[in-house]
Amino acid sequence: MKKLDLIKLPFGKNNPITVQVLGICSCLAVTAQLKPAVVMALSVTVVVALANLIISLMRKSIPPRIRIIVQLVVVSALVILVNQVLTAFVYDVSKQLSVYVGLIITNCIVMGRLEAFAMSNKPLDSLLDGIGNGLGYGVILVILGFVRELFGSGTIWDYPIIEKLGLYNIGYENNGFVIMAPMALILVGIIIWIQRSSNKELQEK
Amino acid sequence: MEYFNIFVKSIFIDNMIFAFFLGMCSYLAVSKTVKTSFGLGVAVTFVLLITVPVNYLIDKYLLQPGALAWLSPSLADVDLSFLSLILFIAVIAAIVQIVEMVIEKYSPALYNALGIFLPLIAVNCAVLGGSLFMQQRGYSNIGEVTCFALGSGIGWLLAIVGIAAIRERLRYSAIPPALKGVGITFIITGLMGIAFMSFMGIKL
Repeated sequence: MKKLDLIKLPFGKNNPITVQVLGICSCLAVTAQLKPAVVMALSVTVVVALANLIISLMRKSIPPRIRIIVQLVVVSALVILVNQVLTAFVYDVSKQLSVYVGLIITNCIVMGRLEAFAMSNKPLDSLLDGIGNGLGYGVILVILGFVRELFGSGTIWDYPIIEKLGLYNIGYENNGFVIMAPMALILVGIIIWIQRSSNKELQEK
Repeated sequence: MEYFNIFVKSIFIDNMIFAFFLGMCSYLAVSKTVKTSFGLGVAVTFVLLITVPVNYLIDKYLLQPGALAWLSPSLADVDLSFLSLILFIAVIAAIVQIVEMVIEKYSPALYNALGIFLPLIAVNCAVLGGSLFMQQRGYSNIGEVTCFALGSGIGWLLAIVGIAAIRERLRYSAIPPALKGVGITFIITGLMGIAFMSFMGIKL
């Protein structure tokens, strides 16, 4: 596979969320606003890329029987680092993300990429694959965060765009339902619908 | 009464799937037939019921700020809580392994029925999520924690059996080709979530 494809494919027809259907939990839970969504996307990208690199470097010396435990230890060490950095530098966002930072450990994207790619590929390829998948995941998070914050609270990145445009004066109201949990699921369903309508080979029989 | 309150609350109001989206990956992947999803639901409930109280004890007597005071007074200001993620996941992986061996020895039939799902529970976010919520919500004793764990597990079981039953029927419906499979499952989960939202605000 070409190096560029490793980065490019996860954005389109190999997207971790809409095609591989991995890492759904955090994608739905942190996207009520744009800022936590972006922070989460970056954290996951860092963890996937570094975990892929480390496991790929060690892949020849890991006994197959205990590989899950080895992977979990590497990933949880990385997640603890990310968690400490977030608490130190962006405390309010890390409070909003609550348990979902810790849950990166069991995020299926991380384990899925380690099992499917890093265990059988060279370190550089694995690093690129990790970055690509992390960013492909991030794109969906940013779309969801943008839509939900705009329609749910009428702001973008805490900037009150609807108020500045004066839409409230002519009777516009925020749709509080978009921030609730069920709407996130329905929005992902719609994103999948749009993607698969334009890309027939992804459709299920 | 407090116990019953926590139990019901964690089944319906704080449902693992509809309110917190935990364990979505296996929820989407395994919910094709009612039988297998029931088996997985029971296994998850079982693992939650064991790991959450064990992690509670670890948190209380090892990790919390000042938790080591029972060893010697000089350790009273040690705070190990940054280790909680790695210890929780280690406990979960170990317990899943033990549960697997015990079931294999004493009930081969159940073992065969659960198959590959059993080892995969170690990386189910509902299980780690249960432990992290336990730590965050600060339950006051082990009884409450056990009720919370059991309720969360049963809530997850309800959700996955419900969606599996619906998906078995969906096979006969005319769904737009682009929505088939994952897409429609997301939307239906959303609709089920709206139904579960009607439990909000109930106080026992």
